[in-house]
Amino acid sequence: MISIEHVSRRFGDGPDAVVALDDVSIQVARGQIFGVVGQSGAGKSTLLRTVNALERPDSGRVVVDGVEVTALTGQALRTERHRIGMVFQHFNLVGNRTVAQNVELALEATGTAKKDRRPKALEMLDLVGLAHKADDKPAQLSGGQRQRVGIARALASGPDVLLSDEATSALDPETTRQILDLIQRLSRELGLTVLLITHEMDVVKRICDAAALMEDGRVIEQGTLEQLITTPHSRVAAELFPVGEAHGIPGHRIVDVTYAGLSADRPVIAQLSRDFGLDVSILGAALETIGGVQAGRTRLAIPGDETTSRRVIDRLGDHGVTAWEVDPATTGTIATSASASTSASTSTTKAEVPA
Amino acid sequence: MIDVTSPTFWPQLIQVLLEGTWETLYMVGIAMVITTIVGLPLGIVLVGTERGRFLEAPFGSRRLGQAINAVLGFVVNLGRSVPFIVLMIALIPFTRLLLGSFIGTGPAIVPLTIVAIPFFVRVVEIAVREVDPGLFEAAESLGASRWLLVRRVLLPQATPAILLGAATTVTSIINFSAMVGVVGGGGLGNVALTYGMQRYSWLHIVGVVIILFVLVQLIQWAFTLLAKRAGIEPAKRRRVAAAETGVEPVKA
Repeated sequence: MISIEHVSRRFGDGPDAVVALDDVSIQVARGQIFGVVGQSGAGKSTLLRTVNALERPDSGRVVVDGVEVTALTGQALRTERHRIGMVFQHFNLVGNRTVAQNVELALEATGTAKKDRRPKALEMLDLVGLAHKADDKPAQLSGGQRQRVGIARALASGPDVLLSDEATSALDPETTRQILDLIQRLSRELGLTVLLITHEMDVVKRICDAAALMEDGRVIEQGTLEQLITTPHSRVAAELFPVGEAHGIPGHRIVDVTYAGLSADRPVIAQLSRDFGLDVSILGAALETIGGVQAGRTRLAIPGDETTSRRVIDRLGDHGVTAWEVDPATTGTIATSASASTSASTSTTKAEVPA
Repeated sequence: MIDVTSPTFWPQLIQVLLEGTWETLYMVGIAMVITTIVGLPLGIVLVGTERGRFLEAPFGSRRLGQAINAVLGFVVNLGRSVPFIVLMIALIPFTRLLLGSFIGTGPAIVPLTIVAIPFFVRVVEIAVREVDPGLFEAAESLGASRWLLVRRVLLPQATPAILLGAATTVTSIINFSAMVGVVGGGGLGNVALTYGMQRYSWLHIVGVVIILFVLVQLIQWAFTLLAKRAGIEPAKRRRVAAAETGVEPVKA
């Protein structure tokens, strides 16, 4: 549905030039919710903006549902943008106009007849549960409500694609959940393809079907969540399952075991101990619901040498469980981790007290 | 010399002041209307044609945008740097060409307008510059045309600041209008000049000062009120700030 092909973009000239996008390619399937994660400055925002041509790449192309967006200008581009909605971190609502008028702007842009605009705007507001706030000014709404208006506005022209630019980053954890659930529900009901960027792994965990990790303008890894969590040494997966740092234990090999869906219910580790007579110790474990599926990762310390760990990994493979050995030195974390987002939301909660 | 005991003095004073007030209002009013009509679009174009703004490439030409921006910026600065008294005299041939005469209250509107336009263009420029760039981006993402963007996003957001700036503009037009006596323009400035200075009537001066003071107060009050109506009220501003941090506003 969205095909970003070898897109590059640099800002500035000469030695001061900043490479925002470096040969980035991403494929988003129809109906998918695709999350691009990475630190600020990784190029996520620039990438997202190439999809509706708010940003023009220096090279490469972007194709949305068969239309090459990067080749469009003028009226053709404006018409294409009606099919690509966008929501923003700071909502970007016109403060001096009412909620309904904000949504009507989208309808006016599509050339909807004047008399049809308000009913249609109310219908969109009803979809996000805010019809009763139609005549309020955005300033009278809470952050979550404002983002709902932003979503209603983005969807008023009946787009097939929704772009989300850190839509929940300015919201508290509870509101974040509500907005994410709303986006997920609407994507299913309306058959929307969603491309979102975020620095919060929780967002990916909660609603994404697929994800890409960006760093310094490059895509480090991408795939469906199921692919990513069963990919050895995937950094996205490491963030999804915070099992901690891998500290070496003398005489032991460290193995990460990842299971999703059905295999999560089987007592594979107990069986392992019995089969091999090994005293397996658990160094860390995380159980998460990812994309609605129960998935987990366990970090084991297995006494023995490489031959032992290899046999263990093979046996686990027979059970349909993915496992691989972890080199204690190589485990790192992405700086914008789940723990970072938790601390950010803590400060938000504190700010709520004086209010 | 003045003779306050003369039976004709007070009626005459009042009549002169009323006439002067009317002339001032007439000159300032028309000058302000023309200033708004010309200055508002120019101010929007001045900001819009900047690099990376919504009008950076009018008719698809970035060159044209740059040229318009450079010329406008130059003219505005030129207009603002010339002292009014010099401008007024320099404009005499232009005024004569335009209206057939350069003497009187009507022709005095020409220099008043010319001096007010660059001032007002800057007012509009500042107001437009303060509109959150995210709003332009949002409008663009909706596939809105430039005209729609100006009408539905830029103007609603910039109007309060433009109105407050307009009050300052009107005040300075009143200020300049006191000088048009030089080219035979009427108004309160002329009253002060002919009655106060040349005939030593301090009562006329006091009258002029009081009327001008009240006038400026009324204008400031009216525009501030309009600006509040057009924009976010102070109490709600705090809620905006609160909501930016994700905190739910407390219902009053």
